[in-house]
Amino acid sequence: MQIALFIIFGLLAVAGALNLLFQRHPINSALSLIVVMMSLAVLYWSLGAEFLAAAQVIVYSGAIMVLFVFVIMLLNAGEEERTHGSRIAYIAGIPGAAAIFCLLSFVFLSEKKQLGMTQLGGYLTSAVSNISEISHTLFTSLLLPFEVTSILILVAILGAVVLARKEL
Amino acid sequence: MVPIAYYLVLAAILFSIGAGAFLIKRNVITIFMSIELMLNAVNLTFVAFAHMWHQISGQIFVFFVMVVAAAEAAVGLAIIIALFRVRQTLNVDQVNLLKN
Repeated sequence: MQIALFIIFGLLAVAGALNLLFQRHPINSALSLIVVMMSLAVLYWSLGAEFLAAAQVIVYSGAIMVLFVFVIMLLNAGEEERTHGSRIAYIAGIPGAAAIFCLLSFVFLSEKKQLGMTQLGGYLTSAVSNISEISHTLFTSLLLPFEVTSILILVAILGAVVLARKEL
Repeated sequence: MVPIAYYLVLAAILFSIGAGAFLIKRNVITIFMSIELMLNAVNLTFVAFAHMWHQISGQIFVFFVMVVAAAEAAVGLAIIIALFRVRQTLNVDQVNLLKN
């Protein structure tokens, strides 16, 4: 059951990511990124992170991607023309990305036994749900980072307002 | 029952596609979207390791990454709008004021 979920939504995520890479128009790339994020939300849920699955749908697919689509439509972005980018990117970057992938998957697959298997359902300290455990940690031992985060968001809002003003 | 390694390999695939898209794409908005894709791939590894170690801290880390990504998207898109006002283009090849 869980392997079927993993295969379906894993393939959907990879297909969406490849579609992001191959589409010319930014709006198509944005919509395929939404597909990737929704399938990642299902994978989070299958790993027992219900709160993060909901936050992924609300924050990423809901807020961030709406912002992206809004900016694409505001700037009336057309199809990108394919030009030859920097040569170093093609010579060193693409093989570098492939090398990172090969290295990571080699390490992960060779340590497959030690990494273990997943179990669907409540697995943390049972009886307590995922969301109450997160909130307990967040509001006791991690209270200061949480408050600093709100200052970060405030600074980001001010920065966005200042940067997007008419007369810069 | 799925091996954790499969989730990690999926995250590696997504990260590599994001890195490749970052290098190949020429539209500044799409480049920004591939950064978001890489952040999502790293989030998947965090959740997978949190599941493996039966710890909540990995999930809290993902929460903070999401917050920072939201702030980054707001500021970055504002910069893109300001850039478009000045240069009238979204192609990164034509934004070469600092080159030479």
